[in-house]
Amino acid sequence: MANVLVWVEHDGAVVKDATLSAVTAAAALGDVTALVAGAGVDGVAAAAAQIAGVSKVLTADDAAYANALAENVAPLIAGLLAGYDAFVAPATTTGKNVAPRVAALLDVAQISDILSVEGPKTFTRPIYAGNAIATVESTDAKLVITVRGTAFAKAEATGGSAAVEAIAAGADSGLSTFLGSEIAKSERPELTSAKIIVSGGRALKDADTFAATITPLADKLGAAIGASRAAVDAGYVPNDYQVGQTGKIVAPEIYVAVGISGAIQHLAGMKDSKTIIAINKDEDAPIFQVADIGLVGDLFTLVPELTGKL
Amino acid sequence: MKALVTVKRVIDYNVKPRVKADGTGVDLANVKMSMNPFDEIAVEEAIRLKEKGVVTEIVAVSVGPQKAQETLRTALAMGADRAILVLTDDEVEPLAVAKIVKAIADEEQPGLIITGKQAIDDDSNQTGQMIAALLGRPQGTFANEISVDGDSVIVKREVDGGLETVKLALPAIITADLRLNEPRYASLPNIMKAKSKPLANKTPADYGVDTTTRLKTLKVSEPPVRSAGIKVPDVDTLVAKLKELGVA
Repeated sequence: MANVLVWVEHDGAVVKDATLSAVTAAAALGDVTALVAGAGVDGVAAAAAQIAGVSKVLTADDAAYANALAENVAPLIAGLLAGYDAFVAPATTTGKNVAPRVAALLDVAQISDILSVEGPKTFTRPIYAGNAIATVESTDAKLVITVRGTAFAKAEATGGSAAVEAIAAGADSGLSTFLGSEIAKSERPELTSAKIIVSGGRALKDADTFAATITPLADKLGAAIGASRAAVDAGYVPNDYQVGQTGKIVAPEIYVAVGISGAIQHLAGMKDSKTIIAINKDEDAPIFQVADIGLVGDLFTLVPELTGKL
Repeated sequence: MKALVTVKRVIDYNVKPRVKADGTGVDLANVKMSMNPFDEIAVEEAIRLKEKGVVTEIVAVSVGPQKAQETLRTALAMGADRAILVLTDDEVEPLAVAKIVKAIADEEQPGLIITGKQAIDDDSNQTGQMIAALLGRPQGTFANEISVDGDSVIVKREVDGGLETVKLALPAIITADLRLNEPRYASLPNIMKAKSKPLANKTPADYGVDTTTRLKTLKVSEPPVRSAGIKVPDVDTLVAKLKELGVA
């Protein structure tokens, strides 16, 4: 049975949901050890130890790991991999930043954004913005994998009882320094884990109209708010709202696309949603080819009417 | 300082790719090809740094078939100074590309290497990070804004939840995200001028890199097709449908 090291994504206090999907994927490969790297991570390690399916938790507690700088954490992981057969990280911005650096240090190919585990070294992954699915088999001695969160069920966050073991930290590389972050504050569900998403596109005109039209509907539905690239580029909403090939990949129960035409790059980020609802005035818009329920008409009258009737 | 930018010839982003019936891959015969959109952003950023006087020379690099020369000419027409084509008809994985770029960087000693954050064909999002690892240099991935400050570069990165800022010691590797800039169009006179800019032809063997793939593609298939949906005539019907789904 393979020994698998899983990257625990956290914000210093809470284990992110993406980790739970990565654990499920890793458990399909073998025995799961979770790695918690950061500064002051006892709480995170305790939470990681409770994830069902994790048999051991390693903690690397050092200021050098505080913001998951790839230059510092990749050598740590590459060193640990001497004792493991695979490294699995969620395909979040952190996972995508760190994992390829680990793979290159180990001289192995990385398998990005897997959708399924087909065998000990065989996986499926999307290519061409999700327009094709490739089944690939690794010929490398060790595996480095990132996992698409929406493609795997989340492991139970409680019920496990893994032992926690502290490991020695490596030196700070001195190559990079974290200066700060601007994290958008939101009371809403996180986009990638929301059950319902209301997403707006270019047709929303401007930031105020976007907020006035989309926000009340999202509030009524208890939904997260997403956006197309056009809406982000036009400045209606911040970057991290973007759903698509180059933004976030989501697969909620219900995805409501308002004023979004449905370009292939956008569909790449949401076409695995369980139910897609589209509201658009152009009945030939490509979004209607993937929508389960479509409503053709002017969103500026339909959306407020819908919000009012919910 | 010198800047190295990597560009890839890929299927045009507006083309809907079609999977070959025999499941061996995506049909690229007679399909419009273009420069990977993220690489255009990388080239643009290098040019802007040159216009600010930070960068003195821009070398564009591509690994691929003879036709990748067109992609390099596009980079030259945008404003790159010279180009290197590493010629191969084989499929080259990010790790091998990274090894080639590392070897070129060892020769050229660039202060900055700028790549796109991912290619829209294999969607790997690996090459920049791998180049950084092989060179033992810092990486500024998913860059939204960069500014060179003495012997370091400050990079604002697009991360889940917002933006973060890091300071990297030069030389460094940057991967361009969508919002780093708006790439310029090459003007006709510049396209003509680009034809006389130097373009060196090399092979992976020149850099001692083995491009044998580490991942075997067993098959390529169509994604599951969604069953046809319905159109509802009015909001009331939509509300009723939402109620059926357990919402509202």
